[in-house]
Amino acid sequence: MEASAAGDFDRRNSSWYVDKVVQALVFIGGISGILCILGIFVFISKEGFGFIANTIDIKEFFTSPNWRPTSEENPTYGALALIAGTASVTGLAMVVAVPFSLGAAIYIGEFARGKTREVLKVLVEMLAAIPSVVWGFIGLSIMNPVIIDLFDVPVGLNVLNAGVILGLMAAPIMTTIAEDALKAVPDHYREAAEAMGATRWQVTFRVVLPAAKNGLVAAVLLGVGRGFGETMAVLMASGHSINMPDSIFDSVRALTATIAAELGETAVGSDHYQALFTLGIFLFAITFVINLAADLVLRGIRKEA
Amino acid sequence: MAESASNVTRTDAIETDAIKTDAIKTDKLSLWYGNFQALFDVDLAIKQGIITSMIGPSGCGKSTFLRSINRINERLGYVRTRGKIEVLGHDIYGPEVEKVQVRKQVGMVFQRPNPLPLSIRDNVLFAYRLHDPQHRRKGKAALDEIVEKALRQVLLWDTVKDRLQRPAGLLSLEEQQKLCIARLIPVQPRVLLMDEPCSALDPAGTEAVEELIWELRGDYTILIVTHNMAQARRASEECIFMLMGKVVEHTDTAQMFVTPQHEETANYIEGRYG
Ligand SMILES: Nc1ncnc2c1ncn2[C@@H]1O[C@H](COP(=O)(O)OP(=O)(O)O)[C@@H](O)[C@H]1O
Ligand SMILES: [Mg+2]
Repeated sequence: MEASAAGDFDRRNSSWYVDKVVQALVFIGGISGILCILGIFVFISKEGFGFIANTIDIKEFFTSPNWRPTSEENPTYGALALIAGTASVTGLAMVVAVPFSLGAAIYIGEFARGKTREVLKVLVEMLAAIPSVVWGFIGLSIMNPVIIDLFDVPVGLNVLNAGVILGLMAAPIMTTIAEDALKAVPDHYREAAEAMGATRWQVTFRVVLPAAKNGLVAAVLLGVGRGFGETMAVLMASGHSINMPDSIFDSVRALTATIAAELGETAVGSDHYQALFTLGIFLFAITFVINLAADLVLRGIRKEA
Repeated sequence: MAESASNVTRTDAIETDAIKTDAIKTDKLSLWYGNFQALFDVDLAIKQGIITSMIGPSGCGKSTFLRSINRINERLGYVRTRGKIEVLGHDIYGPEVEKVQVRKQVGMVFQRPNPLPLSIRDNVLFAYRLHDPQHRRKGKAALDEIVEKALRQVLLWDTVKDRLQRPAGLLSLEEQQKLCIARLIPVQPRVLLMDEPCSALDPAGTEAVEELIWELRGDYTILIVTHNMAQARRASEECIFMLMGKVVEHTDTAQMFVTPQHEETANYIEGRYG
């Protein structure tokens, strides 16, 4: 009698096993993500840190614009010009992307209705899926001659070109995140404001945007992170020449593009090779900080809500 | 049958008073959500300056009726109305009428308190700023005075006067609901619509808000939906009973609760419906 009662409670039927297996799979999936990140971090650190500790002059790295790793007699590793290149392109990209993406998000989230809205959302997602090399191609073959014609400059591959391309590239993903932030604003706020006689614009600007502020900041930060990390389009559109830019018509070279272009030609373990990994660590640190900031800002919303 | 009878049952007192303009008057108001008809030829005349309560089982169209009076139902793209609604003698669907103005005249208090995600002060001033384009030229002192007056009127001033800059969401539900009433006051609406304003509150909060509504009587025409028979009886002068999208009875509250003219009304009052 007792035994059979115990047996009733110990029913390890197929659902029980499926549950266990799924649990294990999910655990492996989750943990492998973390392990991969750690692995990448350990790998780039291992390749770069020796160099940081022994060879490199940190001050030179951050203050000298002379990136001459292949020089025979006196190689120098100043990353300032590369940092300036990345920063200028990303900065211009945000000038382009922020108004575009916030405008699009506001239109899609607050004004468009029914079919229009659905079509626009699909279009934005399609834009987000365009490979970066295609954007680079647009920069090279369309933007380049347009800039030369329009502004009467000798080369059209410069900060302007790369910034616009990168801005257009980052805008769709920023739009999607910003629209999510608007959607997270409870509808009863809009209803309350409208019931008091607010127009749609007033509802948007006085209620929805302030309420979605954190999500919008996070969208912009993720866009900045995307800009810093983007390689191919920037490599193709920026001109890829080392310069401290003092106008948007100067060609520049980005951190990412430098790594992509040079790593294949260096001997594993050489100073140059390690210097490139140092750039990688630097980029990794920056994007990490930006993403962390975006994450903290987003967390802030949830706590308030 | 119900709606034709409802006119007959209205007392003579109401008939003679009709010279005074009604605050809200509907003429064969029907409303559809998509293909679903929620209101059927509703004819109502709600008098100025008194509290009218609206009762009826859940889903009978009380909220729908209220929401059409300040045109907030139009937010839903699939709502269609037919018939006429007059507020203070103006056809609110008339070509010259702007719905922003309708909403200024007709304030609404919702079932769930819905303060905006702003400070207490900004909540009180929100509607005022919308409707007074000159508000920027008013000094801080003038605005402070408006805020104080509104909050005093809803008996909230003493509790919140030291934290006007704090988010309104931190207040208790009762305080939030009072704030939602207070924010209507600075624009001086003529009509207040209240959709079960106490149903999210505990008994003490209910009593406090009820008392407040009673205080506002006279200054405003109030139409209040309630699920609470005792509340309707205590707090209103006239009462409307609705059933399945139609008005069954509209009389003096006292009369409705003592000698209801319709069997459905009697059944509902005695609690035989849900
Ligand atoms: N937004 C809506 N869309 C579709 N049907 C609705 C909507 N709101 C209310 N209804 C329907 O209309 C009827 C009346 O609803 P409502 O006015 O909310 O009733 P009450 O406030 O008296 O409980 C109900 O049958 C309800 O299901
Ligand atoms: Mg209701």
